[in-house]
Amino acid sequence: MSLSSVATTAAGTTGPDDTVASPPGPRRPPRRGPGGGAGSWRTRLEIAVFVAPALVLMGLFIAWPVVSAVRMSFYRWRGFGPMDDFVGLRNYERVLTDDVFTQAVGHNFVIVVLSILIQLPLGLAVALLLNRRMRGRGVVRTLIFVPYVVAEVIAGVIWFQLLLPETGVADGLIGAVGLTPPDQGFLGTPSLALWAVFGVLTWKYLGLAILLFLAGLQSVPEEIYEAAALDGASWWQTQVRVVVPLLGPTIRTWCFLSMIGSIQQFDIVWVLTGGGPANATTTMATYLLTQGTQRGNYGVAGAASVVLFVIGVAMAALYQRFVLRRDTRPEG
Amino acid sequence: MSTTTASRDRTRRATNPAVYVIALAVVALSVGPVVYGALGGFRSNEQIARNPAGLPDPWRLGNYTSVFGNPQFWDYAVNSMVIAALTTAIAVGAGVMAAYPLARYRFRFRESLFMVFVLGLLFPLATAIIPLSIFISRDLQMSNSWWGVALPQAAFALPVTVVILRPFLMALPQEIEDAALIDGASRIGVFWRIALPLSAPALVTVGVLAFVTSWNSYLLPLLLLQDEMRTLPLGVADYSTEHSADTAGVLAFTSVAMIPALVLFLALQGRIVNGLQGAVKG
Repeated sequence: MSLSSVATTAAGTTGPDDTVASPPGPRRPPRRGPGGGAGSWRTRLEIAVFVAPALVLMGLFIAWPVVSAVRMSFYRWRGFGPMDDFVGLRNYERVLTDDVFTQAVGHNFVIVVLSILIQLPLGLAVALLLNRRMRGRGVVRTLIFVPYVVAEVIAGVIWFQLLLPETGVADGLIGAVGLTPPDQGFLGTPSLALWAVFGVLTWKYLGLAILLFLAGLQSVPEEIYEAAALDGASWWQTQVRVVVPLLGPTIRTWCFLSMIGSIQQFDIVWVLTGGGPANATTTMATYLLTQGTQRGNYGVAGAASVVLFVIGVAMAALYQRFVLRRDTRPEG
Repeated sequence: MSTTTASRDRTRRATNPAVYVIALAVVALSVGPVVYGALGGFRSNEQIARNPAGLPDPWRLGNYTSVFGNPQFWDYAVNSMVIAALTTAIAVGAGVMAAYPLARYRFRFRESLFMVFVLGLLFPLATAIIPLSIFISRDLQMSNSWWGVALPQAAFALPVTVVILRPFLMALPQEIEDAALIDGASRIGVFWRIALPLSAPALVTVGVLAFVTSWNSYLLPLLLLQDEMRTLPLGVADYSTEHSADTAGVLAFTSVAMIPALVLFLALQGRIVNGLQGAVKG
């Protein structure tokens, strides 16, 4: 996941009929410029000139490739020559019956679920903790965000070293507490590899969760803490009964970002395991890249792309419909 | 950030020492691997083999000097820098231009147009990566070039740029622009001379985001760049597989490669955090 997905929130937290991400100040309606009504040709031309570069870039490099992926998914094509061997839905059949792909979808969903089950409480706990008065809080917050800024590849290479069998630090630590590390290392043992990958993903992305929760905590009004204290609530009671429920919108937003990020995982998996051992850590993205670039099955890769995209959009739409909707309507 | 939050403390009672212990543990886990990489670069392979978790003893600069003396490293660094700079310039330029009418003009399809950018966030690079790389290398003949990576990266950076910039532009005071329009300035003139300078802080935020994302990006360069055109993440990944026996060298190479993004982030973290929070608070 990249920083870019952060703002998906804006899409997520507002309804389709609402404008996105209200500005910090009071919202002003945009005004038409003097010297021409909204419909005048000059205004239209100005709008077109302003918006054109962005739309051209996104059309060429986002929309067109997505359309091409859909087209490619209906052909058998080895990456060269004309694309004329129309096979209908056969690529989809092949992808959906390929154990490696269905396992990859499973891995993506394991990452989705584990992220919410493990990273959410962990991130929340650290954020609540850091919201307390303490020395050096600014420094702590900055340092916690460092893994998020480190490139996925770099995180992968360093963790690969840490997790190496025998010579890695992880094995050393485990041996020091008297346990026996796995012979093939964490990344080389099929039953452990996905957990190890998930551990690295947690290291990499927990900082974002903490940052967002801290941002949400800033908008919890001071009076609430005072009221809870007057009523005799302990710190824990205040957090669990009052503060966490108030963080609801932020938590739901983070879950959305996390889900979208989880189904797209590529870089870290690719560097750590390349999808192995024995396909134990393949994700949809590593699958389609392997099919496309290494096997030359471009049609299959196209079909996998479309499946990945459909799963992503369906998840986003369902989440928006059933979970995020409460944040946009005043009464659930 | 620390100064603003310190002034509105939530709990009045003295902080439990356990809080410091936990905070310290979380920091150690976050920074530990990065520090391990940086320190490992100062050790020899023999030191690392003997004690994986130890400190450098004696400290050795050799790994780092050989990274800086490696011409390939400088090729990668230049490529990363140029591509990140191009990506940032295009994404911020085209993004602020698109965000401006979405914030200031009233027209019929304004919200629909904005939804185009919001939906753009839902298209991950991975989905389109194979047709995209074919399109760039065959149709545009731009594989193995700076522009071939920068243009699509800018396109993928545009949705987030516009989504962050629009509310910021909406919140800028309208009166100055109105006054300039009454004085006879054109819309374009107002955009260039007034809106652009006033939105500089937000431009820095989205610019840093675009820069760091490009600097760290792996998938697109992996498919488009070879040999001396490779960027640092590709260089790091390839170096670590080609020199897998030279752990200390790999760690030094890796550590040096993360410096620019880290420095940029640490220098501007307040702004980035505020920008992200603005986009998230919704």
